[in-house]
Order: sequence, then C-alpha cells, then structure tokens
Amino acid sequence: MRHDPAARIIQKKTWGDFHLLRLESQALSSEAAPGQFLMVRTTDGYDPLLRRPISLHDAGGIGLEIFFRVAGRGTALLAAKKEGDILDCLGPLGKGFRLDGFGPDKTAWLVGGGRGIAPLFFLARTLLSKGAGVRVFYGGKTVSEIPLREKFESAGILLDCSTDDGSFGFAGLVTTLLEHELRAGRPDGFFACGPDPMMERAGRLALRLGLPAQLSLEAIMGCGFGVCWSCVHRIKKDNEGAWRKICEDGPVFGADEILWEEA
Amino acid sequence: MADLRADLGFLQLRNPVLTASGTFGYGMEFLSFLDLSAIGGIVVKGLYYGPREGNPPPRLVETASGLINAIGLPGVGVEHFAADVLPELRKHDATVIVNVCGDGDEEYFQVIEFLNRYDGIAAYELNISCPNVKLNGACPAMNPHMTRTIVATAKQRSRRPLVVKLSPNVTNIAEIARAAEDGGADGISLINTLLAMAVDLETRRPKLGNVFGGLSGPAIKPVALRMTYQVAQAVRIPIIGMGGICTGRDALEFMLVGARAVQVGTANFVDPAASVRIVHEIAEYCDARGIARVADIVGTLETNR
Repeated sequence: MRHDPAARIIQKKTWGDFHLLRLESQALSSEAAPGQFLMVRTTDGYDPLLRRPISLHDAGGIGLEIFFRVAGRGTALLAAKKEGDILDCLGPLGKGFRLDGFGPDKTAWLVGGGRGIAPLFFLARTLLSKGAGVRVFYGGKTVSEIPLREKFESAGILLDCSTDDGSFGFAGLVTTLLEHELRAGRPDGFFACGPDPMMERAGRLALRLGLPAQLSLEAIMGCGFGVCWSCVHRIKKDNEGAWRKICEDGPVFGADEILWEEA
Repeated sequence: MADLRADLGFLQLRNPVLTASGTFGYGMEFLSFLDLSAIGGIVVKGLYYGPREGNPPPRLVETASGLINAIGLPGVGVEHFAADVLPELRKHDATVIVNVCGDGDEEYFQVIEFLNRYDGIAAYELNISCPNVKLNGACPAMNPHMTRTIVATAKQRSRRPLVVKLSPNVTNIAEIARAAEDGGADGISLINTLLAMAVDLETRRPKLGNVFGGLSGPAIKPVALRMTYQVAQAVRIPIIGMGGICTGRDALEFMLVGARAVQVGTANFVDPAASVRIVHEIAEYCDARGIARVADIVGTLETNR
C-alpha cells in the first residue's frame, strides 16, 4: 500500500454519469492486482472529509485507470477533475481476485452490473494473458448504464450485454442472462461485481450449481486500510458469522463465505 | 529545531502528538506510513476484557466536515492484545497508552489488573464513555459521582498512570473534570465524540445501524477547543486535548488553551501520516517564530475576561 499525493490525470473519458480517468503513478500501479481499489481524496479541504473508494479498472506500466459513477458530492467533485489535474490516492488496497488455477484449459465468466463492471476489465485482461477463456456479462438498467461495451470489444473480450428495460442486448437482469447461459454451458468459475442484490443473486446461483464464484463487495468506507472498522459484512469464519472488513479482508470474497441473511 | 518534548508529569513524551483511540487500530496498521517512534505516542483501540464484535452496519456516515460512527468498539480483548500486539509495538519503540473500556465498573478494573502484569504500557486511558447495558446505556462520564467513584477504584487497582477521557455530552464538563481529579486521575483527555444522528429522508430510516453515533472530525473542533479551555481553567492535572485536529496549527490552538499534548483522531483516516506531519508542522511553526520550546505555548491564551 502506497500513498501518492500527486497521481496525474493524463486522460479522461465521460459517458453521462460515468467517468474513466487514466492516471500516471509508478507507486500505485506497480503493485496493482485485479479487484483492488484506491482511496481517492476529492478535495484539498475537509468537506467532503473522507476519501472515496474507487475500483482499479486497469493497470500496467506506470499507468492505471479508475472507472466510477457519480453517486454523490464526493464522486461529483472527482468527476469535475480535468486532464492534467492531480489526485491524492492511497493504494492499491484490499485483496483482489484469486486467480490461481485459471490457466489455458480453464474458462471464467465475469459478471458486472452498472459501475460494478469497473474491476472486470483488469481481471479479464489478466485472465486472458494467463491463457484462460473469458466471457463477460455486462448489465445495466438501460443502455446508457453500460458505456464500456466498445472498450471490452475492442480489447477482444467476448461480451454479452443486458438491460433491465431491454434497450440493448438481453432484456432483463444480468443474473437472469447468466442463468440462461449456464443452461448451455458451464465455466470453471465466475467472478462478479455489482450492487448487493445482484451479488446475492449471483452468489446463490453459484452455490446452487456448485460453481466456485468470487464476489467483489462494496461499502461505505472511512479509511480503506482496516483501521476504522466501518465497512463490515457478515462473513463465515470458522463456520460462524463474523463482521469482517470489506476493505482489508475483501473486497473479494468467495460466494460460499458470504452470509446474506444476517447482513 | 525547537524543543518539542511534552511533560505530562507522569509521562515524558518526545513530542506532544499522540494518536486517538479508535482511529489508529493497534498501531501496526500504520507502519507503511510512519515510524511509530516519530510521534509522541499512540493510544490503542479501546480494549474490553474479551473480544467484541461491534454493531451491525451501517456503522459510519459522513457529515459536513466530519463523520458519525457507531462502530460499537469491536476489539481483540486483553489476552490477544498482550500476547500478540504488545510485543510488536515494543519492537517499534512506540509509547503506548491503552484505552480501557468496560461494560460496568468491574470490567474496567479487570482490564487494568490483567494489563498490569505486562510491560510496555506507559499509561491507561480510562474510556468512561462506554455505555453500560445494565444502566440503560448510561456511562460513568455523565455524572460526577460515578466519574469520581470509578476513577478512584481504577487508580487503586492500577500500577500505571491513569488518564481519564471525558465525554462532551454533559452539562458541565468542568465539574466532571474536577470529579476525575478528585478521584485521583493523573491526567485528563478530552473530548470523546459528540452524540449525533443522521437520517435518510427518502427511505425515512436512520443512516446508522445503531441509530445514534459519535460525531468527530474538523466539525467538532470549536466545541472541543472550548471544553479543553474550560477544563484547563478547572483542574491542575495535565490535559490532553483532541477533537478535529488536522494540522499543526490546530494542535497548537489546543496547547494555547491549556493542553500539554494532543491526540489526532479522524484525520488518520484521511491522511494516514497525519500525526507525523502535524509534528513537523508544529516544529516549523515554532522555528519560524523563534519559539525555543513548544511547551512554552501551553496555557498562554490571553483574554480580557
């Protein structure tokens, strides 16, 4: 974990509420792994006070990318930053996706909902570089909520889209699309990131089919590095439920570890 | 460079900047950001006798220049702390103050007596703001009689200096401070968080799982400064001030109104190296103004009252 008070924004892309920032920071990118996140200050002052947790969308060389959706005042301030501005970031934080075992003869399905697509680009690229087969399912409420379609396609990643309103791709929830496709074939495991209800559906589906699944959870965070104990979720530990920190013990947990009914 | 040492009477600190309980874990979490021997000391996360789970989420909500937390004091308990954490802290030459919690007076004393057997602890900070389940959530900090009683017994059972951490959620903070002094406290630290709440207008629900929480951060600094000043006027024992300190200037303001040392809390979440930065900023301030000893600033506020 490093602190870079001056990661420079070298490129910015915007699709409505969604923003992608490409940053330059040797300190942050050199240790980055798929599923990790940054804690980003949104202002030099104290209001908003806290950093915002933002998923790593990609990393390589001295560059890294973050992708986020404006959800409140902090992310709105972040969205107002321009190319050339600097960002004060801590990272990379958290334990990312566990990729051991995903080699040339394996297939992974990646499921992203809304801004939850963010970490799956880095993950897809990394899995492909290990020789694994990759297929991405990308869902949103409507077509404007799945803005990264072209980015995945131009990187040669097999992509299936869904929208709740049917404005693009499969009409319905991305987990319903996943369920349909699972009838035709099975991957060796899947990875998902999205809002809690989607994570719960994906997790229960994986358990029912006996498929290993890794889910990336999100939460309001105070610090992002394990000291404030704010971002807890109910997780199995020694066969009992315990409040574990999403920032430090996660954000990625096995579907079989996460307890939904108590959370 | 200015002499930054802070003399608490019962404890000599390298400099006046400590980290506040609950915002610095057990210290080890910050090793990639700072050298624990570069700050005055650390007050570790509050310890009950046994391990604790804490409250259901949501546990934190951000407010204007602050945050409200209802973490519920999860922790490892004294046995794990003494066996696994304390030896590590000693390797890093950290001055360690243990924040002592209890659900009822007896648990506070059990924590103290257990930790008395271990070396490497400079003092105890008695967290008298812990809600007592049997007393309907009341805490000793809210009543001068209860404060004096618990402090007197804790002092008797302790082989170490005892700092008493006051709650701001009282009518007369000076009266509680005097009760702690009468009970035999070696020092006073203040303020703990301000009781607060936040609600969601759309869902019509509280924003915290526990409904109520404690407000901290820059938003509370003026209240903390006022109370530190009032307590400094009321007692003779050393005072450690805290509440929203983010910069060296903030720290020096608390010293100006009478605190001999300060604690940095919520700022650690935003800037993990805040405490060591504040030490440097205090030194820079003193050097720029030819102040030879930072201790000379303590209690030098001039008023026309």
